Amino acid sequence: MRYETPETTRDAAALLAAEKGEAYILAGGTDLLVRMKAGLLEPDLLVDIKQVPAMNGIQQTAAGFRIGAAVPAVELGEHRALGRTWPGVVEAAKLIGSDQVQGRCTIAGNLCNASPAADTVPALMAAGAKAVVVGPERRRTVPVEKLPRGPGTMALAKSEVVEAILLPQRPAKSGDAYLRFIPRTEMDIAVVGAAVNLTLERGVVKTARIALGAVAPTAVLVPRAARAIIGTRLDDAALEKMAAACSAACNPIDDKRGTIAYRVKVAGVLARRAACIAYERAGGKR
Amino acid sequence: MSTSTVSTTINGDAVQFACPTDESLLDAIRNRVGLTGVKEGCGTGDCGACSITMDGRLVCSCLVLGVEANGRAIETVEGMADGDQLHPLQEKFIEHAALQCGICTPGFLIAARVLLERNPDPTEKEIRYALAGNLCRCTGYDKIVRAVQAAAKEMRKASKKRTRK
Ligand SMILES: Cc1cc2nc3c(=O)[nH]c(=O)nc-3n(C[C@H](O)[C@H](O)[C@H](O)COP(=O)(O)OP(=O)(O)OC[C@H]3O[C@@H](n4cnc5c(N)ncnc54)[C@H](O)[C@@H]3O)c2cc1C
Ligand code: FES
Ligand code: FES
Repeated sequence: MRYETPETTRDAAALLAAEKGEAYILAGGTDLLVRMKAGLLEPDLLVDIKQVPAMNGIQQTAAGFRIGAAVPAVELGEHRALGRTWPGVVEAAKLIGSDQVQGRCTIAGNLCNASPAADTVPALMAAGAKAVVVGPERRRTVPVEKLPRGPGTMALAKSEVVEAILLPQRPAKSGDAYLRFIPRTEMDIAVVGAAVNLTLERGVVKTARIALGAVAPTAVLVPRAARAIIGTRLDDAALEKMAAACSAACNPIDDKRGTIAYRVKVAGVLARRAACIAYERAGGKR
Repeated sequence: MSTSTVSTTINGDAVQFACPTDESLLDAIRNRVGLTGVKEGCGTGDCGACSITMDGRLVCSCLVLGVEANGRAIETVEGMADGDQLHPLQEKFIEHAALQCGICTPGFLIAARVLLERNPDPTEKEIRYALAGNLCRCTGYDKIVRAVQAAAKEMRKASKKRTRK
């Protein structure tokens, strides 16, 4: 196995493009190295992106935040301004594994691993996050919800690399929240995840985005759930309608962590709780 | 399999080793450098027995490649004592009988040290969350939590004394 440490994103993409065998990007390795150890993959080439300056660091710009694809989750937790502006995204990142896992794992890796249960993906979709995707020839900016295609598959070409995740700047009176249900308090895979992001105008929900994880082959945005609370003060009737829309959007699997009926029900319950937290964070009083 | 030469710093000492590119840092530290304080429990990031710090960050060495350590600074349990003087965490683990078989202990010590550097006065809940990535099949955790609390107290006292001087 070849191990390369390019210093630019373009070089990383070129290395992937030139490799005839199996080639993978290595970010934090918390998915990739586990799969290699299990013998599920035998790469001919690993391209470690952690020495690419453009993929390191969190920048606050006029357009919002730019989180490099090599930034470990622990750095999101330490970034005050990011935590104040996007508490839901940060709380999702802080749910990944243990402190040890967070010392390595990245949110871009969480996205590119394309697990339906990835914790940060619903939070990123709700936030309206975009991924900066770089290939050997061109660079494009893609909404996060356009990338996961199904368990383990992404709408990325073989030689394309995610360079950074962009979070937009947000108006005052905005809040987001992410909740997941697992049978224990730490270190487990989501049975259901729910993310809500909203902006208020005089206590009324003006815009909203709601996304669910672990209830379909990919994390999903649920526009109908968002419409159910837009124009309301998040009264019980609106919450009821939103929860029903979330349950209706589910297409989950049955497994040892949760049955289909259970996941469908819990999706509504969690979305409701996340909406109330986001509303409060936006300064609303129910 | 291609082999790479890795230059790194372990517990303050410059160390060089050669390892296959797909070898874990855990295996490299144990078998090539000969520091066997770092333990393998699961090999998949779940148990924390292999915890080390790399450039000050707590990580599972089973989920790091040896080649990734090139140019980085690593700390293992072997670096915690100062000569014969045990680290307060090590002393309190012994005093509180916070270990039985001991395979989890180096990982707990490293993780607890990182916690106390960041938060010298953690609540019990904060300790339990910070150590959630470390599994112990023997002690039932309670004695480990008490040992960390006792060490934190002693370290706070010592740092107060230092600032008074
Ligand atoms: C003990 C343990 C607990 C865990 N708990 C959770 C949890 O609670 N919630 C959760 O969601 N996940 C969890 N995970 C899974 C994992 O930690 C996350 O998915 C993590 O975010 C992956 O990021 P990484 O940087 O380690 O990715 P890597 O393992 O480096 O990469 C993952 C995949 O994405 C590709 N990739 C990575 N970065 C890029 C990029 N920039 N461009 C293109 N492709 C890329 C890689 O080639 C690989 O296929 C856990 C894992 C472990 C070992
Ligand atoms: S051996 Fe590394 S976490 Fe268990
Ligand atoms: S003392 Fe045996 S596993 Fe912890």
